[in-house]
Amino acid sequence: MTLATATSARPALAFDKLGVLIALVAVAGAFLPFSIFRANRIVLGEGRMLIDALDGPSAWLTIAAIAVGILVALIRLAPAVKLAIALAVLAVAFVMIGRSATYLTPADNTFARVSPGAGFWLLTFAFALMVADALTRLRFRPWPRIAMLAAVGAALWLLLWSGAWNDLSILKEYANRASAFWNEARTHLLLAFGSVAVATVAGVPLGILCYRVRPVRAAVLNVLNIVQTIPSIALFGLLIAPLAWVAANVPGASTIGISGIGTTPAMVALFAYSLLPIVANTVVGLENVPEAANDAARGMGMTGGQRLMSVELPLAFPVILTGIRIVLVQNIGLATIAALIGGGGFGVFVFQGIGQTAMDLVLLGAVPTVALAFAAAVVLDAIVEMVSVGGRTQ
Amino acid sequence: MSVGLVIRLIVLALLVAFLVSPQTFVFVFRPLVRAGQPVIYNQGSLIDLTLNHLAIVGTAMVLATALAVGLAILVTRPFGAEFLALSRSLANIGQTFPPVAVLALAVPVLGFGTAPTLVALFLYGLLPIFENTLTGLTNLPPTVTEAARGMGMTGRQRLMRVELPLALPVILAGIRLSTVIALATATIGSTVAARTLGEVIIAGLLSRNTAFVAQGGIIVGILAVLIYDGLSAIERMLMRRTGQAGRQA
Repeated sequence: MTLATATSARPALAFDKLGVLIALVAVAGAFLPFSIFRANRIVLGEGRMLIDALDGPSAWLTIAAIAVGILVALIRLAPAVKLAIALAVLAVAFVMIGRSATYLTPADNTFARVSPGAGFWLLTFAFALMVADALTRLRFRPWPRIAMLAAVGAALWLLLWSGAWNDLSILKEYANRASAFWNEARTHLLLAFGSVAVATVAGVPLGILCYRVRPVRAAVLNVLNIVQTIPSIALFGLLIAPLAWVAANVPGASTIGISGIGTTPAMVALFAYSLLPIVANTVVGLENVPEAANDAARGMGMTGGQRLMSVELPLAFPVILTGIRIVLVQNIGLATIAALIGGGGFGVFVFQGIGQTAMDLVLLGAVPTVALAFAAAVVLDAIVEMVSVGGRTQ
Repeated sequence: MSVGLVIRLIVLALLVAFLVSPQTFVFVFRPLVRAGQPVIYNQGSLIDLTLNHLAIVGTAMVLATALAVGLAILVTRPFGAEFLALSRSLANIGQTFPPVAVLALAVPVLGFGTAPTLVALFLYGLLPIFENTLTGLTNLPPTVTEAARGMGMTGRQRLMRVELPLALPVILAGIRLSTVIALATATIGSTVAARTLGEVIIAGLLSRNTAFVAQGGIIVGILAVLIYDGLSAIERMLMRRTGQAGRQA
């Protein structure tokens, strides 16, 4: 029997094992409160089931979309079909949560809050799982992956820009502090990307040095390993005193913005955490350069410096980039902690929210952080794949 | 006894001595405080916090290991084979979630205290253990698995007597990675009122007392280094015992 007939001989309505899991989660999601209504931002909320959370037609449209989604999840179909259906169900859920907020908020009531309920989150999780599975099976090339990320980003931006979500609690928190939000966003990006940039400039040469001079390697890697074990909040805190001393005693230091509290210690701590993965990956990348390539370069009469720049570093580049990817994603997350020492960033909202037990405020800080880390991971993974194409996969 | 072992034992002895009688070490931390500030953490017992910290991390790691190893076994069996690719990409996506976000988002569901911290450490610990168990179970030398098959072992026998023992050092490396991350992440749990060494650090940040910050940070750092080294030593021992000394963990 050929492979083609073997495939077509399969029953047309075969069950998909993962689909059963997705369907169970989605069914649970459909029977849990879709949104949560609260009289004001900190009281306990009451859940509203789908049928009560939306006007009649919208509710039935949502239920129909979920039903189709569950059916498609259960049956074995081409991944592209599953991807399209799952994205469509997600789009319906995302539009409807905004409608639900508008529907549930009484007119002229500025205190009432509507936020997504457990049902909405489970539905999102179920169909996001379906998207992830379809994407894993489709194995897109790097550019289409980046294009998809951009398309999803544009769709979310459209939702936000159209005002469809304006009655959702998280956006009411945003509306109250829009200028602070963008300020903290700038700080967050500066902390995460700035520290990685500085660590790359310092870490790659340090990695080259470690690769060339063996005794330096053990010492440097040991010190960097120990730095990694210090908890981030402690490292942030421990840098306050020395930096305050530098600001007070080194002429000109305070004029360029060095101070004990605020962004500087956060930046230095993130830089310290970034060094190990970048240095270690530079060493590993250089060590993995095939001996034959080096020999050929030597045979061509290249000097040590020429070999480094035109043979070793280009060949090690994908591995070094992998190190930068790890560090960037890690620092986007760690930068939230900077808020504890007055360093700003999205962590400001997370910790304010924890302090006021206002969970929507926590979300206002956490959601952009997660989205940013996710986007950075997708883009850098794609770039790593592009630069390793044709060469070795690390 | 090697020099490294002696140094580690001395560090451990110093840590225990500090926890039992912190007042003896006042001279070390005095330069860090300003006049009038307390030198040694005075809002609770350091040893209690340390034990609680270790208990939270330990519980989270045991639970994470049980689930992660179980899942990895499932997706490497014929029954779960179709989940393998997806579980890999999910593990990859999961790693992009910052621990603070996981912690903060667990609070609305679980309230303040130890529970959200435990959940965050558990979820965050799953990924490295899962990845390493997968690597361990899928990178076995084919000659060994073939031989086991040839001896007529059933799937379960192969798993219990051949595959898991051989993968154990790699699994342990994953547990080690998760544990070190969890030790540091647990300190963040104190922002949602979990009783960990983070309390000491946060008290220091709030009262601008660098000595407190240093005490919390140093205890966690030393615990992490000692546990990391201890688990590495066990891995090397297991590698030797299973005759894989030359293989990369």
